[in-house]
Amino acid sequence: MGNEIVLSVSHLSKQYRKGVKAVDDLSFSLKEGEIFGLLGPNGSGKTTTILMLLGLLESTEGTVEVLGHNPFRTPLVVKRQVGYMPDAIGFYEYMTAYENLDYTARFLGLDANEREKRIKASIAKMRLTDRMHDKVKTYSHGMKRRLGLAELLVKEPRIAILDEPTQGLDPQSIREFLSLITSLRDSEGMTFLLSSHQLDEVQSVCDRVGLFSRGKLISFGSVDALGEEHFGKEVLIDLQAEGKDDLELLLKKQKGVIGVDRQGDNHYLVTASEDIRPILAQQVFSAGCNLTSLEMKKHSLNEIYQLAYKEASNE
Amino acid sequence: MNKREGSALTGLKVIWLKEMQDYAGNIRMIILMLLIILTAGASMYVAAQTLRSFVGEDSFMLLNLFTISQDPIPSFLSFISFLVPLTGIALGFDAINSEFQNRTLGRVLSQPIYRDVLLFGKALGAVSALAIILLALWLLVIGCAMLFLGVPPSGEQIARAFAFYVVTLLYALLWYLVGMMFSIIFRQSAVSALVAIALWLFFMIFWPMISQLLAYAFGGGDSFQTAKLEVVLGRISPYRLYTESALAILNPSTRSLGVVLFSQLQGAIMGSALPFGQSMLLIWPHFTAFMATIILLFAIAYVLFQRKEIRM
Repeated sequence: MGNEIVLSVSHLSKQYRKGVKAVDDLSFSLKEGEIFGLLGPNGSGKTTTILMLLGLLESTEGTVEVLGHNPFRTPLVVKRQVGYMPDAIGFYEYMTAYENLDYTARFLGLDANEREKRIKASIAKMRLTDRMHDKVKTYSHGMKRRLGLAELLVKEPRIAILDEPTQGLDPQSIREFLSLITSLRDSEGMTFLLSSHQLDEVQSVCDRVGLFSRGKLISFGSVDALGEEHFGKEVLIDLQAEGKDDLELLLKKQKGVIGVDRQGDNHYLVTASEDIRPILAQQVFSAGCNLTSLEMKKHSLNEIYQLAYKEASNE
Repeated sequence: MNKREGSALTGLKVIWLKEMQDYAGNIRMIILMLLIILTAGASMYVAAQTLRSFVGEDSFMLLNLFTISQDPIPSFLSFISFLVPLTGIALGFDAINSEFQNRTLGRVLSQPIYRDVLLFGKALGAVSALAIILLALWLLVIGCAMLFLGVPPSGEQIARAFAFYVVTLLYALLWYLVGMMFSIIFRQSAVSALVAIALWLFFMIFWPMISQLLAYAFGGGDSFQTAKLEVVLGRISPYRLYTESALAILNPSTRSLGVVLFSQLQGAIMGSALPFGQSMLLIWPHFTAFMATIILLFAIAYVLFQRKEIRM
């Protein structure tokens, strides 16, 4: 991840004519090569924020700067360098995948050879080459999502904004899609902004996340930092060991252990004040047990969100 | 005041060409074209059969082809005035809401183009498609006229036929814009189609009756004033504007489109043809009204579209 700020939002607000405040005093920034997750439930203001980032919606207050430009004042410069995949992605169904991509590629002012080269390369990356001359109406939902990402790649953008990219995908497709995003970041150095309401699925690829609720950013940072912010320095250690029934008592006596929750016959969940895995491992071996698994568990983003939401509501 | 960066027309050609391509292969367009060719062909054939016996007697043979009818088949002009608005509406009723329904609007507008270019491109694509269709029909009529009647049309007849082509194109464009405007207002294309057709039927069938009633009610009992008022009110309907314009162009002996006093006809040679320029002067207000309505409709559509929220 680079240090250059490629996108910054400062005190951004959007109030609709009916008085509804969709986005309220939003501030954050994105570094080059970062995967940032804008997470929150449906209707929390994520899409409104994205539309303002693209210059497709004017803000009521605040400023947006994308690659040093105001997207509402200089939309063409911004749109040339920012790729967008909407949540409800649609294609001209009567056209083939290639024709659909060629149509949007023409807006970039590329000559025919360059267009063909980029489209074929993008389609190949998304593993759609054998279907590129098929009409889009024959595509599955997952294939359309991949085609959306292919279209975004044709633009060779510096920033990619994906609105609910995993919506409607099965778990296997979600894993594939998210791994595509990380590989694109690694290979192309692209910066990603993902919006999603499926917190746990997206957290795995995000360097940092912003948690959204009712148009406000209620928490912001890396998942670890957010976990620490809301749950303190407590850590959860998942331990599995065979050979002794009263291991629970032994674990409880260890310094730094706050609590032990027995999950099964040989399975324990240890809450500790810090990472004491080496000490626990040593104790298990000393007691003559066979340690089969020892790993630190992180608080899920869903848990963090629930707590952050509760805290924000109480304020 | 911040100025727009880049050309305001960036991407216009791409949208224009795509729209043209869409219309070319559009099944509803093909059906409408077949309908127009069939009906126009029938009325042309009947008119040509009638005119054959007058070859050499009438100096505006070609123009008569457009207006002559024989029961039960109406004239070419009647068919055209009926089918052209339908074609315009058929092209425009889902111009924008189909982009919403297909969820393609966000994708297209996130490309480096200004939002209004989409509207311009669609309108330009439709005008081009309509212009090509009507030109093909126009050439077909002239070709058939030469084939059936064996007489080449004079320069003035060609000029008049061309003026008729231009007015017909404006009429079609007007109804296209009505359809497009409703496609921005209503999310469902079925609703925008129904509303546009209802408006067309209102102006074609009901407005003449309503304008007569209003003229009687507000004419103050003076028959001349009532007739004048009826003409003014009647011309609110694009259908009347079009039929009057077509009549003045295709029938050179038409000397006036409004209420005429006997005193105004003093010295006029009845039945003699007006020169082309004079006929054009006669329809100039109609032409202006068409242009004004088209600009107004486009302006309304433009404002509505610019204010429309993009999200689905």
